[in-house]
Amino acid sequence: MHLEYNVEGGDFTRAGYASSQIKKTLKQLNVDATVIKRVVVALYEAEVNIVAHAYRGVIYADINGAGIQLRLADEGPGIADVDMAMKRGFSTASREVREMGFGAGMGLPNISENADNFSIDTIVGKGTTLNIEIKF
Amino acid sequence: MSQTTYHRALEIMSDICIGCSHCMKVCPTEALRVSGGKAKIHVDWCIDCGECYRICPTRAIRVMDDDFKHIFDFKHRVLLVPSVFYAQFDENISKEKIYAIIGELGFTEICAVEQSVDSLLDEENEYLKTAVKPAISSFCPSVIRLIQVRFPSLVDHIMQLLPPIEITAQYYKNKFKREGIPENDLGIFYLTPCIGKIAAIKSPVGGYTSPINGVINMDFFFNKVFLAYKQRIPITQTVKVSREISSKGVLFPTTGGESVHIEGKTLAIDGMANVIDFLEMLENEEIEGMDFLELRACDESCAGGILSHRNRFLMANSMKEYACKMPVTHNLTEDYKKYCSAVIHMEKIEPRSMVKYDRDIEVALKKMEGARELKLLFPGIDCGACGAPSCEALAEDIVKDQADINSCIFLRTLYEKRGEMSLEETIAIMENIWGKDRFIKKK
Repeated sequence: MHLEYNVEGGDFTRAGYASSQIKKTLKQLNVDATVIKRVVVALYEAEVNIVAHAYRGVIYADINGAGIQLRLADEGPGIADVDMAMKRGFSTASREVREMGFGAGMGLPNISENADNFSIDTIVGKGTTLNIEIKF
Repeated sequence: MSQTTYHRALEIMSDICIGCSHCMKVCPTEALRVSGGKAKIHVDWCIDCGECYRICPTRAIRVMDDDFKHIFDFKHRVLLVPSVFYAQFDENISKEKIYAIIGELGFTEICAVEQSVDSLLDEENEYLKTAVKPAISSFCPSVIRLIQVRFPSLVDHIMQLLPPIEITAQYYKNKFKREGIPENDLGIFYLTPCIGKIAAIKSPVGGYTSPINGVINMDFFFNKVFLAYKQRIPITQTVKVSREISSKGVLFPTTGGESVHIEGKTLAIDGMANVIDFLEMLENEEIEGMDFLELRACDESCAGGILSHRNRFLMANSMKEYACKMPVTHNLTEDYKKYCSAVIHMEKIEPRSMVKYDRDIEVALKKMEGARELKLLFPGIDCGACGAPSCEALAEDIVKDQADINSCIFLRTLYEKRGEMSLEETIAIMENIWGKDRFIKKK
């Protein structure tokens, strides 16, 4: 099954919508609760990253009997130093973003920990695509 | 015998049900449908919250409580009374009068359900030192069932401690044992404002066996007591009353009455929709730094209990006034600490899956995709004329072969216009869902 959600940069009040919808779908499919939790944590983190850092993006989810493939493609500034971004606690988020409780800088490592497969393709000045795979 | 569909605490009496679909619209787990002009419960999805009971205009939903006569099977008949019960009455009716009537109706001893609250709160604070945070109060049975059914990933957050009623019942069992009274002579009865509590005692969560012998419906019992009061029945029996209760105990079943005594960062949330919203956020890990959640299914907590009849705000206020007159702790607290424990016998709480489509994920995926395509055909106004609570629910039912696409009144009209369906067929479908006699004008 294929699902698609648009995400707008800067729209924090709606951040988490795609995660909630995908969570609902997985629950209805009777996927194991601990697996759903990993999907939601990774996806929510990644969704908020688009809102906080990019101009806009699309979340593509493909679900089959074996697992879920998530692709989050954004148009945005890209990540200059991926290794640095993967470090715990590192953040380029602005003060306003941190004040809303986002941008603590644990995003990417947290996504990686919850995923079975995780990759980042990024072009500075163009955008970032995350590929997250979680097996059922 | 009337045809009935029941699950745990609730039963729909088909002979009284008029198939008005009010219940279907309020069910938080979409467990109700209308067919043949009657409401039907999807048993696995029901969480015994009682929202359907509350809204039913014809009182067609019955609570599976115990037969009152059952109390006389026992020589000693203890009634555990929640503080919300006294708040049902006007302030001019004294508690002494109410005690005397309860005795006259057959009970030999009366005790407050919340007598165990003082020692329980200590145990809760102790438990929280090592618990998964935020810990969710185990007090409200509908919240526990809601989490099991709709938020299975959060079951580990539910505090594994018994609620006050079970501890007070334990205390009585123990007390009578110490006094050398044979176990078979003692009947412990719980007067309940809550349908969920009935289900919780009949089929408890966490593999625990309750010492409670029977559950008395508060709505039923209020009428019995109030009638006796109005008719001024003579008092011929004596009843023993255990008067020990603290202000904490009185207020425990009101909103914030539990969380206010818990150390750390706590929140008290009441009302089913509010609780669901918050659990969604908690499940998404959007909530940080919270230690304890007091979640109650009813608005104003037990003052808004399904079997309470008086206005919930007046009741909560009565309870506050009552609490002002009570001490901060009571004389039996040490005894409770000595003889009872909230932790015993409580095993792991298991998730209860709703199984929307199928246990096999490949089959479930196929059905879900089918339902998504079907949903696009429907008007999306959730009118309920098909006998399902929403267009989405109808689509789900169709792919599970539990409903037909022609159930949608909008599609039927289209098919009729295209000449693919006759007027007779479309009327027959309507009668199938809503009952044959429905369209006969009532005198």
